Amino acid sequence: MIIKVLGPGCRNCQRLAANVTQALQAEGLQAEVDKVTDPAQIAGYGVMRTPGLVIDERLVVSGRVPGPEEIGRLLRG
Amino acid sequence: MLMQQVMPTTRRGVAGWLAAAAALWALAYWLNGWVWDWLLYDLIGMDPAGRPGQTLHFFCFDTVKIGLLLIGIVFVVTFLRSFMSVERTRAILGGRREGAGNVVAAGLGVITPFCSCSAVPAFIGFVSAGVPIGVTLSFLIASPLANEIAIGLLFSLFGWRIALLYVVAGVSIAVVAGWLLGRLHAEKWVEPFVFETRLHGEPLDPSQGMELPDRVSLALEEVGSILRRIWPYLLVGIGLGAIIHGWVPTELFASIASADNPFGVLVAVLIGVPLYSNAAGIMPLVEVLYAKGLPIGTVLAFMMSVVALSLPELVLLRRVLKPQLLAAFVAVVATGIVSVGYLFNVVV
Repeated sequence: MIIKVLGPGCRNCQRLAANVTQALQAEGLQAEVDKVTDPAQIAGYGVMRTPGLVIDERLVVSGRVPGPEEIGRLLRG
Repeated sequence: MLMQQVMPTTRRGVAGWLAAAAALWALAYWLNGWVWDWLLYDLIGMDPAGRPGQTLHFFCFDTVKIGLLLIGIVFVVTFLRSFMSVERTRAILGGRREGAGNVVAAGLGVITPFCSCSAVPAFIGFVSAGVPIGVTLSFLIASPLANEIAIGLLFSLFGWRIALLYVVAGVSIAVVAGWLLGRLHAEKWVEPFVFETRLHGEPLDPSQGMELPDRVSLALEEVGSILRRIWPYLLVGIGLGAIIHGWVPTELFASIASADNPFGVLVAVLIGVPLYSNAAGIMPLVEVLYAKGLPIGTVLAFMMSVVALSLPELVLLRRVLKPQLLAAFVAVVATGIVSVGYLFNVVV
């Protein structure tokens, strides 16, 4: 599983990255977590308000910071 | 977060919780003046007519007042804005031509939830969806300038006439500036990679699929996040306001920046452009400058130049706009703000 956190490194992006780590631990999952900071790539996923969350190349959250529980549900699919 | 643990999850529970929170808020707002009068003047025994007392009282009173206003306004605004999204705005603007498109874009800039930290992906997203550059710029100018938090604060502190004046002015500047920049055929001054960006996958509309409790907890989170982000600006703004309130004689401002002084607005904008703050941080300063007799056009122009043009946002925009367009952007917006300032000084 490849997870991408989209955002230029603002506070919300850091919160999202922390929540992803927490969710992975809680679910007992291993995944590669990439931080995408390039605006062209971020826009390419259709995100116009950061942060965004991409799981296996699919945009699942845009423009808000989901909590660890919600991310856990998204990870389980 | 603690807030989410104490938040009920049913609609009725949320409504009751909100009513209690609103009552508590109103009580705190009403008690604010009394508490500081009693604490500083009665308990500590400071002189209500003396400068140190007045300065400290202004600082404490305004910190609580602006803090409470901000909590209330950000909560209400974020809740209402959760029904709107940048994705919807882009869909509405997709087929628009310049002209009418600029007007719609500026109007949507007021109500769309947006932070200038996302200016670059939004710019690319709009342009690659076929929104004209000038229309996109109208949106990007209106969004920080005439945002609802600024409007809400102006309304609470100065009344509806000045708040309305501010919105009309902000939207007009965004419409005219965006239209003019579009007329300059700005496409040649946009970094080429913007036009090469291809959208893949389905865009996700964050305004959809939320229940009332979700929107309320979103609004609460935003209150926390905004307060955490801006409290240093707020304290600096209130501190400066308190010093001016207590120590700077009214005649000083009246003599250097009265409505008769032809350079008043110009100087205010020149000072405001390099300053970086937000509507909330600048508000205490605006309040005290107006109380010291600065004309309203000068004060509003100062506020607009601080919130609309900032170095960090320009550095971000430089990634998509070439220096020529960036310079034209600053020049057109600053000219718009100066014109509005002079107009208000004459009309109001």
